Amino acid sequence: MKNYKFYVLSIMGLGLLFHSCGDGTGNGSSNGALSSSAAEKVYVAPGEQDEFYAFLSGGYSGNLTVYGLPSGRMFKEIPVFSQFPTSGYGYSEETKPMLNTSHGFVPWDDLHHPDISQTNGELDGRWIFVNGNNTPRIARVSLSTFETEEIIEIPNSAGNHSSAFITENTEYVIAGTRFSVPVPQRDMPINEYKGNFKGALSFISVDPESGRMDLKFQVLMPGFNYDLSHPGRGNSHGWHFFSTYNTEEANSLMEVNSSQNDKDFIAAINWQKIEEFVNNGGGSTMTAEFAHNVYDEESHTGTSTMINEVLTVNPTDVPGAIYFLPTPKSPHGCDVDPSGEYIIGAGKLSADLTVHSFTKMLAAIEAEKFDGEAYGIPIIKFEDVMAGVVKSGGLGPLHTEFDGKGNAYTTFFISSEVVKWELGSWEVIDRKPTFYSVGHLMIPGGNSRKPFGQYVVAMNKITKDRYLPTGPEMEHSAQIYDISGEKMQLIYDFPTHGEPHYAAGCPADLLRANSKKFYRIDENKHPYAITSPDQAKVERNGKEVHIYMSTIRSHFTPDNIEGIKVGDKVYFHITNHEQDFDVPHGFSMLGQNTSEILVMPGQTKTSLWEPKKVGVWPFYCTDFCSALHQEMQGYVRVSPANSNIALSWSLGE
Amino acid sequence: MKTLSKTLVLILSMMLFACGGKQEKKSDGFSIERKKTTEQTETPVPVSDVKASERVELSNKGVGPITSLTFNDEIDQAMATKGKEVYDQMCLACHRIGKKFIGPAPNGIFERRSPEWVMNMILNPETMVKEDALAKELLVEFNGSPMANQNLTEEEARAVLEYFRTL
Repeated sequence: MKNYKFYVLSIMGLGLLFHSCGDGTGNGSSNGALSSSAAEKVYVAPGEQDEFYAFLSGGYSGNLTVYGLPSGRMFKEIPVFSQFPTSGYGYSEETKPMLNTSHGFVPWDDLHHPDISQTNGELDGRWIFVNGNNTPRIARVSLSTFETEEIIEIPNSAGNHSSAFITENTEYVIAGTRFSVPVPQRDMPINEYKGNFKGALSFISVDPESGRMDLKFQVLMPGFNYDLSHPGRGNSHGWHFFSTYNTEEANSLMEVNSSQNDKDFIAAINWQKIEEFVNNGGGSTMTAEFAHNVYDEESHTGTSTMINEVLTVNPTDVPGAIYFLPTPKSPHGCDVDPSGEYIIGAGKLSADLTVHSFTKMLAAIEAEKFDGEAYGIPIIKFEDVMAGVVKSGGLGPLHTEFDGKGNAYTTFFISSEVVKWELGSWEVIDRKPTFYSVGHLMIPGGNSRKPFGQYVVAMNKITKDRYLPTGPEMEHSAQIYDISGEKMQLIYDFPTHGEPHYAAGCPADLLRANSKKFYRIDENKHPYAITSPDQAKVERNGKEVHIYMSTIRSHFTPDNIEGIKVGDKVYFHITNHEQDFDVPHGFSMLGQNTSEILVMPGQTKTSLWEPKKVGVWPFYCTDFCSALHQEMQGYVRVSPANSNIALSWSLGE
Repeated sequence: MKTLSKTLVLILSMMLFACGGKQEKKSDGFSIERKKTTEQTETPVPVSDVKASERVELSNKGVGPITSLTFNDEIDQAMATKGKEVYDQMCLACHRIGKKFIGPAPNGIFERRSPEWVMNMILNPETMVKEDALAKELLVEFNGSPMANQNLTEEEARAVLEYFRTL
């Protein structure tokens, strides 16, 4: 028996060797049965590139992580709602304003749901939008620079969870509140929640050219919890669907009290109708306070502006725009299939999925088949909007995505599995376990008219024994399944960063060519940039000192500075004069109360240092840049506050 | 069965050789390290006693996109002015006029180098320091400090050369 096993292993080894000797295309279909091995499917040979980008949310890390599929290799961590010493984001003077809010500097958030911009319902690969859950914010990340370009705070919202979802031409990024709160905020007893709190659903318009966001209007809904949402597409374009729970409007022991109703709602909102209403002067302006932070790629600088009012809409003021679709058992996922016809409600305390039909919904509205109303909003009769039920046999459905071939894939948290089923027949085709307790899943383009149904990534909440143990805390596990065939095949396991709640993916070719290589120095509009090292200088303005510094492999200009005094505020404005791909320089100063910064080629960044001690203090480049990187250093002489040493600077003198 | 397994192991190891091609015979680690050290110190072998930066090699056109370039007799002043702008922005950090800095000074460069070689060094430095013997030696003479690729266009590089003619 032992020998037999060895024999089989040897054969497999041979197969692998044949493969590695091959042409490197990774197709290897001529290798017969052996080509179906999982290893071969995820193997991206050294020097080869992945087929897909995958953007996984980082949850409580506040970051967005970029992976390749099918390899599961992580390429980058993009800081969005976090301070990130790796790049200096949130530490450099230029990026601190990005984390400004109406509550002041909030250097962290819980990043949940990325969604890629779309044109005509298909991914266009220009931007990716993400939500900050805790101090409600929406961010836009450029898919050319892979940097956070814009963050807008959302007033009247709390627990910004049914966000950030993109309509099919990126007209709006939609952000709903999870927690209802008093609107406007005021001092009132908590137990008077019911009937008094409101749930704000925000419609943020996106400029088609620049991507700039503007909070166009908020619909002030009844005080339920708005959990997840998705845009209509195709025929249902113009509508947006939100799942709700706590239609009981409980304010304590929610675990029990929010699960009393047999059915909660999916709220169907005709945003085009409301848009028309506000464009014709409808809605009322409310005093509010929220920050709008924009990073300019040419000046390499972020600015924060406070906005003082928001346009709000009372649902009953726009008849025919909002309906409730009864949906069993506290639905979490609220997913729309590629055709736009089916809205899938995943009742998370149920075994079944409820599928609503958009066509039936319109017919029911037309025929006024209502089952009462809630706060003036008509409730459509369940049987008149429901298209089918998926009897899954699983427990705890959460989230559904689609392969574009008529199939849907739903995660089941409690029974820890992915279930493949067919749209229309509602028949289960396949089920595969996850390891363990899967939350969300992602198929590249799965939330669009055109999914790329090759792989599904399952993002799990629990890791346990999947990897070598690393103490009590383990990074969350993810699994990749090949879904190109009738049955799903688990092909890879990989660890993620933070807690991915959601992800978005797209073909590599959509982004690869547009990915920025470096910033042109002659386009640098930073106010403290120097375009040639002979402009390097040091200026004093009272206790403020500005150092205009440049870098190239491998020196700083200047690298000797004297005349700095204890108590000064010293700003190092560093312009990287490299004009080549992947040649950043770093900067750090001994004793400075901030992180290092990484300056990309052609970019200017500013690092603040407030010297507290007399002495001669070194600074150096933190990013290994050339064979002479260790020599890339300099000194600043710090004299007593009352010293008469004149400012001077030099290099090589 | 046992014999079959052994045969497979043999085939397998032979294939490893066939694929890798370079697998070295396992031997004592010290001798390998020693060998490496020697290799590093002996490259490259200078071909003459004259320092690479001072050697005259007018027929060497270097390695890169430029195979032929002839200057007009007259210096094009407008082009030279443009060339100075580009030089100040892209090159000055390492190359100072009239003195050796991080790299050599450009003064009198065309007494030692062909215009093609200079163009290729600007446009294609990564390949030059690997494949052009003179560029390789220069890299060593200048402490291993790399000639950065500043992604100049051919037109910009040409303008920089015109500026060099005025020095």
